[in-house]
Amino acid sequence: MSKYDVTRRGVLRTGAIAGAGFALPTYLRAQESGYLNAPTGSTVTLGFNVPQTGPYADEGADELRAFELAVEHLNGEGDGGMLNTFSSKSLSGSGILGKKVEFVTGDTQTKSDAARASAKSMIEKDGAIMISGGSSSGVAVAVQGLCQEAGVIFMAGLTHSNDTTGKDKKANGFRHFFNAYMSAAALAPVLKNLYGDDRRAYHLTADYTWGWTQQESIAAATEAMGWETVNNVLTPLASTDFSSYIAPVLNSGADVLVLNHYGGNMVNSLTNAVQFGLREKQANGKNFEIVVPLYSELMAKGAGKNIAGIVGSQNWDWKLENEMGDKYAGTNAFVKSFGEKYGFPPSQAAQTCYAQTLLYADAAERAGTFNPCAIVEALEGYEFDGLGNGPTSYRAEDHQCFKDVVVVKGAADPEDEFNLVEIVEVTPVEQVTYEPDHPMFAGGELGQCNPGA
Amino acid sequence: MLGLTPKDTTLLIIVAILTLFAPFILNPFPTDSAMAQFNAGYPDLMQRFVIFGIFAIGFNILFGLTGYLSFGHAAFLGVGSYSAVWMMKLLTMNVIPAIVLSVIVAGLFSVVIGYISLRRSGIYFSILTLAFAQMSYNLAYSVLTPVTNGETGLQIALDDPRILDGANAPQYPNLFGTEMNDAVTMTLGPWAFTFSVGYYVCAIIMMLAFYLSIRIFRSPFGMMLRAVKSNQQRMNYTGLNTRPYTLAAFVISGMYAGLAGGLMASMDPLAGAERMQWTASGEVVLMTILGGAGTLIGPVVGAGFIKYFENIFSKINDSILHQWFSFMPEGLEDLLVFLVHPFIGKGWHLTLGLLFMLVVIFLPGGLVEGGQRLSKMFRRKAKTSDEKTDGKTSPAE
Repeated sequence: MSKYDVTRRGVLRTGAIAGAGFALPTYLRAQESGYLNAPTGSTVTLGFNVPQTGPYADEGADELRAFELAVEHLNGEGDGGMLNTFSSKSLSGSGILGKKVEFVTGDTQTKSDAARASAKSMIEKDGAIMISGGSSSGVAVAVQGLCQEAGVIFMAGLTHSNDTTGKDKKANGFRHFFNAYMSAAALAPVLKNLYGDDRRAYHLTADYTWGWTQQESIAAATEAMGWETVNNVLTPLASTDFSSYIAPVLNSGADVLVLNHYGGNMVNSLTNAVQFGLREKQANGKNFEIVVPLYSELMAKGAGKNIAGIVGSQNWDWKLENEMGDKYAGTNAFVKSFGEKYGFPPSQAAQTCYAQTLLYADAAERAGTFNPCAIVEALEGYEFDGLGNGPTSYRAEDHQCFKDVVVVKGAADPEDEFNLVEIVEVTPVEQVTYEPDHPMFAGGELGQCNPGA
Repeated sequence: MLGLTPKDTTLLIIVAILTLFAPFILNPFPTDSAMAQFNAGYPDLMQRFVIFGIFAIGFNILFGLTGYLSFGHAAFLGVGSYSAVWMMKLLTMNVIPAIVLSVIVAGLFSVVIGYISLRRSGIYFSILTLAFAQMSYNLAYSVLTPVTNGETGLQIALDDPRILDGANAPQYPNLFGTEMNDAVTMTLGPWAFTFSVGYYVCAIIMMLAFYLSIRIFRSPFGMMLRAVKSNQQRMNYTGLNTRPYTLAAFVISGMYAGLAGGLMASMDPLAGAERMQWTASGEVVLMTILGGAGTLIGPVVGAGFIKYFENIFSKINDSILHQWFSFMPEGLEDLLVFLVHPFIGKGWHLTLGLLFMLVVIFLPGGLVEGGQRLSKMFRRKAKTSDEKTDGKTSPAE
């Protein structure tokens, strides 16, 4: 027995001496600069965390393309894209603050847990100073919380839930994309014009933060103009077959079906609804209608012919500058460089991720540092133009961007696969603006910015 | 020492050294080198290694000793996570109450599920536990959303009550003021090693859990459980009621899972329903079998192995492959990238699956058996050559 004790003690002693020796040159990486993951070499690392699997994988792939393009433009490669039209001229194509931009990617799997693990490894292992991306608001809310705790900036990608900048808002998180309230405010007048003011709506809603807040927003806006909400059924995000949810709609006495679904969910539920012949049905003496409050070119492509005539809203569309004029400058520049690189026009998810990367880079450039707190200061209340959405501002109270909303409709007779969606109208920003303490956004607080040191 | 045989003491010491020096051991490559891709010594992954190690140790107490294959252990992990996050929302951000409550709640939960499921054995028991776990998952995912926040996952917020915390208390999980996120980075030439508070909290708890599991394995109670595995019917015929023993084992392993869940939530205050999904339950079965069911160290090795693949292999993408093979001629490079592509990134499951098959076919005792065979091979060689010095090193008593 004694022999073991001796060896153990020996091991411990050696360990202690070695530890003390190693500890001498020790220093705190964070303390030196005052914030976490301060770039020390000639490069700066950004983390792009997108869904590569799961119901939002298509959006994730397009986001990743946009991120790669943005990094290229920041480093002065390619044609510069929206850098040329961006109202701020502080970015010169020599990286950010003279450091070459590098990036790491991860798969969120459209699951909060996996997304956080992936973001954590980017922060801890790869030294990412900013995390961006995420399709699905559940993931965005989870990763935004993580970035706040860890002390890096989160530039939200595609997230449409009111909660992201509502009850779950965080000082380190920023959202360029619009939200459910804005969709509802923009859609309601259009729906009234098209379908009248005495409709009965049946909601199918994705069962997570985005679905909940979008359903709430749409129900509130449509009820305000006289519609009635017959029922709201929650469907799991991972569902792929919605026929069992569609069947009861026919006998519910409703004459409008609102699909609060996105990505693969929406493609499947819309296809199911059309297969059940909902669009040819008559109910209450009116044509049965389907509304998809949030949709995109990618979903239109997935849904094919079924999308024709269906009304919804978008953050941005690649035809915006051509059809609505110079106010939306930047759109064509972005579409051109994206199209040249990948061979097809970008989706709205791509545009918001591209814009977010540029906005972050620009904020760092203007602040003169990568310190998250300085970047928060540079972005709060920032007004800019030339990123494709017209004049836009980042509100300081909740870190939400305010800009025009595009109302779209599935093309009845598309000329090619890139023109599946036509623009109905552009709702001006005044009509979709709300107070920071609006009841649908109340309950959270930004807190203090966290530099992670 | 500590009531252990010398052999077990050595094992415990080896595990202790490995866990305490993990930041060095797992970061063998300089930060700037191309091989840094394979470094696993960052806090989040190290925490996962030890937390899933605890989970697998607990699972092994049930599966390794009694042979009862539970396919629903993730339910206890999830329940533990939810209770820990709720504790942090309501009471305090200190992790101690969170971890204690998660163990208690998981224990109660496993009493109920165990009491019902253990009325059957074999495949029926597995199916029953699987059914309970899926039931819990669906409850957490959609029915109990006010408690679990469904798909979005339960998170802490600034305006949570936290009645024990004062105005200036830390906002993040901490141990009496030391935050779990705190870390010291040590730079030694091109190497960087990160020591995080959270990891060492997990590591110490893992060593305690490991010690407890050794004691259980070596106790009369453990012997009884092994008897259940080898022939339960015979034990029943001798007039012995085995159910209390199996239930106790089930509850203990459920509490281990709850502890793991509580620790997970303490390191990263979020609890999501997918933690309870059947894939998560299957994962711990794989960990245990891959490492070696019924052995002490096996489950920990298996847990580390699977988590390493999940976090390191899944991050290798095509552009990294092109870097690796860039020294080759153009056509060959593309061909190699094309061939390796299915096994990396999203395809890490495929690589793991192949390895799992190889292990099950050639090393039925898991990776531990592989290690034993290797050491036996070396010992045999050593014996023939070191015959003379051998007498000197082995203890005379």
